[in-house]
Amino acid sequence: MSALADAASWILLSAGGLFCIVGGVGLIRMPDFYTRMHAAGVIDTLGAGLILAGLVFQAGFSLAAVKLLVIGLLIFFTSPTATHALAQAALGRGLEPLAAKEEENAPSKC
Amino acid sequence: MRLSLVAALYLFWLVLSGMFTPFLLAAGLGAAVGVAALARRMEAAGQDRHPLHLTLAAAAYWPWLVKEIAKSGWQVSRVILDPRLPISPSLARFRPSQTSTLGLVIHANSITLTPGTVTVEADRGEFLVHALTREAAAGLAHSEMDRRVTRLEGTP
Repeated sequence: MSALADAASWILLSAGGLFCIVGGVGLIRMPDFYTRMHAAGVIDTLGAGLILAGLVFQAGFSLAAVKLLVIGLLIFFTSPTATHALAQAALGRGLEPLAAKEEENAPSKC
Repeated sequence: MRLSLVAALYLFWLVLSGMFTPFLLAAGLGAAVGVAALARRMEAAGQDRHPLHLTLAAAAYWPWLVKEIAKSGWQVSRVILDPRLPISPSLARFRPSQTSTLGLVIHANSITLTPGTVTVEADRGEFLVHALTREAAAGLAHSEMDRRVTRLEGTP
């Protein structure tokens, strides 16, 4: 592998790892369930995305690279669905969001 | 039988297998046809589709979405690392402009995928979104994302 691709790969992997740490710190610092979900969102988009991109550079032009992209697609389709299910279940069970303030943006509500 | 679905499934098999012996090639084709047949049976109950016609439009939408994810991921990271933790959690209720189920799903998923905003309820004609900051909540109704997804679903 060329040194350039190796360097790009390591930059992406490090950045991904850094965002995973930031997301982890956010999980601890955030005050309630819903705000913690936003911190977790950084991990499964930027963290996972950058690490997968870095691994694609390691794999080069191969079948492994395509498989990594398929894993990325899977994460990008399933993680928001899971997050949405969690949030809806929490609200449905009556877990009130912190400092909830309804902002009516729609011109008319049915 | 949807030929496009069989083709997509077979391609998926080939990519994951990576071995091209006659037996595995035949088994993959058999599996693809079998799954497509099962999907067709289930279409009677639910309306599951294989939106092949959106592929090209989605290819234009995704890079924009990735850019948005990077932008708001950076903002959320800054909020997390800020010693004052400047959050203002808010709920926003607004009306998305999509008409099809697929369009609404793409819009709701895109909102959740973007760090800082999570779709809590997604009904036809009304979304309830939890946002980390008041600014993120305010930018939801009639957003560029809303416009882009509506254009995407309108692709023939």
